[in-house]
Amino acid sequence: MSMYTEEQAKAILDKAIKASKADQCTATLSGSSGGNIRYALNSVSTSGYVSDADLAVEVAFGKRIGTATINSFDDASIEKVVRRAEELAQLAPENPEFVPAIEKQTYKPSTTFVEKTAAVTPEYRAQVAADCIEPCRKEKLVAAGFFNDSQNFSAIANSKGNFGYQKSTGMEFTCTVRTDDGHGSGWVARNLGDVGKFDAKSDIQTAIQKAKGSVDAKALEPGKYTVIMEPAATAGLISFMMFGFDARQADEGRSFLSKKGGGNKVGEKLFDERVTIYADPWDEQAAVVPWDNDGLARERTPIITKGKVDYLQYSRFWAQKQGKKAIGQPGNLIMVGGDASTMDLVKGTKKGVLVTRTWYIRMVDPQTVLLTGLTRDGTFYIENGEIKYPIKNFRFNESPAIMLNNIEEIGKPVRVGDDESPFVMMIPPMKVRDFTFSSLSDAV
Amino acid sequence: MDRRDFLKITGAGVGGLVIPSIYGRAVAAEVLLTKMDVATKKRLADVALHAAKSGGASYCDVRIGRYLRQFVITREDKVQNVVNTESSGIGIRVIAKGAWGFAATSDLSNEAVAKAAAEAIAIAKANARLRTEPVQLAPTKGVGEVSWTTPIVKNAMEVPLKDKVDLLLGVNAAAMQAGASFINSILFLVNEQKYFASTDGSYIDQDVHRIWAPMQVTAVDQKTGKFRIRAGLSAPRGMGFEYLDGKAEDKVTLPGGAVVYRDSYDMKEDAIAAAKQAKEKLTAQSVKPGKYDLMLDPSHLWLTIHESVGHPTELDRVLGYEANYAGTSFATLDKWKSKNFKYGSDKVTIFADKVQKGTLGAVGYDDEGIKTQRWDLIKDGILVNYQAIRDQAHILGLKESQGCCYADNWSSVQFQRMANVSLAPGKEKLSPDDMIKNIENGIYIVGEGSFSIDQQRYNAQFGGQLFYEIKNGKVTQPLEDVAYQIRTPEFWNSCSAVCDQSDFRFGGSFFDGKGQPGQVSAVSHGSSTARFNGANVINTARSLG
Repeated sequence: MSMYTEEQAKAILDKAIKASKADQCTATLSGSSGGNIRYALNSVSTSGYVSDADLAVEVAFGKRIGTATINSFDDASIEKVVRRAEELAQLAPENPEFVPAIEKQTYKPSTTFVEKTAAVTPEYRAQVAADCIEPCRKEKLVAAGFFNDSQNFSAIANSKGNFGYQKSTGMEFTCTVRTDDGHGSGWVARNLGDVGKFDAKSDIQTAIQKAKGSVDAKALEPGKYTVIMEPAATAGLISFMMFGFDARQADEGRSFLSKKGGGNKVGEKLFDERVTIYADPWDEQAAVVPWDNDGLARERTPIITKGKVDYLQYSRFWAQKQGKKAIGQPGNLIMVGGDASTMDLVKGTKKGVLVTRTWYIRMVDPQTVLLTGLTRDGTFYIENGEIKYPIKNFRFNESPAIMLNNIEEIGKPVRVGDDESPFVMMIPPMKVRDFTFSSLSDAV
Repeated sequence: MDRRDFLKITGAGVGGLVIPSIYGRAVAAEVLLTKMDVATKKRLADVALHAAKSGGASYCDVRIGRYLRQFVITREDKVQNVVNTESSGIGIRVIAKGAWGFAATSDLSNEAVAKAAAEAIAIAKANARLRTEPVQLAPTKGVGEVSWTTPIVKNAMEVPLKDKVDLLLGVNAAAMQAGASFINSILFLVNEQKYFASTDGSYIDQDVHRIWAPMQVTAVDQKTGKFRIRAGLSAPRGMGFEYLDGKAEDKVTLPGGAVVYRDSYDMKEDAIAAAKQAKEKLTAQSVKPGKYDLMLDPSHLWLTIHESVGHPTELDRVLGYEANYAGTSFATLDKWKSKNFKYGSDKVTIFADKVQKGTLGAVGYDDEGIKTQRWDLIKDGILVNYQAIRDQAHILGLKESQGCCYADNWSSVQFQRMANVSLAPGKEKLSPDDMIKNIENGIYIVGEGSFSIDQQRYNAQFGGQLFYEIKNGKVTQPLEDVAYQIRTPEFWNSCSAVCDQSDFRFGGSFFDGKGQPGQVSAVSHGSSTARFNGANVINTARSLG
């Protein structure tokens, strides 16, 4: 068993806190159960079910910290893990950046748990695979995809009387459809808390259409183009930019948000007026647990408002040093948009490029957040409001800090995930001018 | 590299409670020194093998793993975190009704192991309904009871924590004294104690060690608001703590003055150089974009080999099994069958191996119990082979697996992972000093930088740590803002010279990511300095206004 009720979790955490002889003790208990199915070449390749739970105990003697974790929760194990943490703390050097355990927090629950997602069965997962594979077989297309569902719980307590408990669920689906000659490729992805909103049969049609529509792509000259970025195509760029929002890095002069001569750029207008991004653990569509890794309560936090930087992420140590209030670090990113769909943006575009997905994004220069990466699985040329023909993939070299200044139009946000990002995101489709494609790729 | 896991470990907010779960439970340091008794492992393995056979499996393999890791994370004069983790358990893989099934448990009681074997069979039978053809395993003979250990001199897990902390803080102090604004330095130590048993009659006990000592030195000029980072020039290695001895004979001074390292690393010396070079980077000449001949040091070239040869020659990618995530490959089977696909120039021979001493990939046997070996992927420029495992060997007409199977934990199912992939040294005597003499207009690149490649491994872009302008056979000045873009076959066909064996050195990755759910693996890439003509170099400087 790896899912514990609030009462069970509290009993375990209380025992750990009570067992500790250290100056202070923080304990977390978290667990998850989840299944996945993977398929390729129109056939299921692997499927699995993983269930695990962990008790982590962090203790401090003065400024010496020790941490140990264990995955059994009988009284002897709880005692053992606390003693181990204490032993490690005694051996550790003093940490000059030590901060005491957090005070008692008030956590306002968010709706992160959906019963239907928690009840997904192996048969449901197999049906997702079948719903993708069957239509592809019929059309001589080849499906490769992955579906993953999970239910989790997270509980936290410390020797200052703090306690929190919350359950959550999530699902992630991606599928790539290729023509059997390998000349066309399309992709679809869904990231949801509620599996009830997911319909593989309908979603797979997006990937099928893009695969069929992307055959025999034409080569366009690399250069600056007006682009319509689907939400998933932008998510990776924006979440990469967030690594520059660390307050300490900015204050130390090593972020694009560092100010010449010292300090940071909070309060400066650095983006187009239409750019507003905030975090909100209680957002209906992208709710997250109302505390961060340190147990600090999350708040609704404006990050960028009408192009102005409102927020930098302070660690508890850096907040204390700079005389700032440390608040819970964001678990989601919500970008404000309008009502237009991706296709509405296409309709209003005279000449441009539609980008389905971006891939292998890496930092080229942290000074300017210059990123490189490629388009993938559905790149099309737009003329007079219509998708005219598929085009070859491009490599881009572009900074989100520049891209978010070149906005022409913002559409309706949708929930997206990203393999390389810690955030749940609500990102709109965007029309952006002068996006820099620096070379062509032959990859399909 | 799997960036998310790396960031979890090294991120600014690292605290004891955010240990990445893939690395298992945090334990006390002394736990890292103990081992599980071989007889106990054999007994447990036999329980699983017996349960699988009597449950109807036609094949079964068992991996009992104990994965130990230690991380020491510092910045300037502070130890940010010390984490010891242990993860132990058993993974059981079976073939039943022609399909694979896998189950794993951390409970090492006979009952739990037998139950996991039964679960694996049930999953195999369920998967069998959805398979089009049965699994075909390349034959292999059981090797009986054998063992293998990484040939280490000093077990890093036995080195007292204090010595490790003192080493890193000493390195940091030296960098700060040499003018660095900031330094982050880390020690990653890995010990995989792996026991493999199969119904073919193999009982293989292996003790695998790896070490990595990365650092990042930053120079900040507050007046201009500019900052530059110079990362360390070490390589992760399949070695013990002796890698950090920094022996004089392992130091190589390159044309232009940069110092790089062979089989041991002087971290303090490199930190001092990094501090100076990070400052130089603040004012170095910004590159003029255009065509240049590139001279690529092994500390840089390993990553280009990894992305543009290592990945596209993985057979599962070629076949389409990774299409949804990591992607497919341009190096398709028809190109291989033609026996005349020019992947590179005739100077280019690239081999795969899991046997070279001191490499990350070196083991006695892979995670399917296959004895490791060395083979050519590209011979004199022609694509001649791929990297395959037991259930793929028949596709290539091979009589046996090449031994490329790996799982990153006992709880992960093993699959095809990259072997070490290396560029063979040139046959004629040639040093970097000789090579540079013939370059009229070029750029010399040392150290790995940013990297990105498309899902079929055609178009790639690479940065570096140190860039030097070459004019008429000589290094003239350092450059900045350099990245080059390649189309893989054109790039390798532009290879006009490779230095000889005496210049052969290794680079590598500790965190190569692949699969869904994702797994990491560690892999080395060796080469001598190589020259590539007429590469497309771009300028990466931008202005945010």
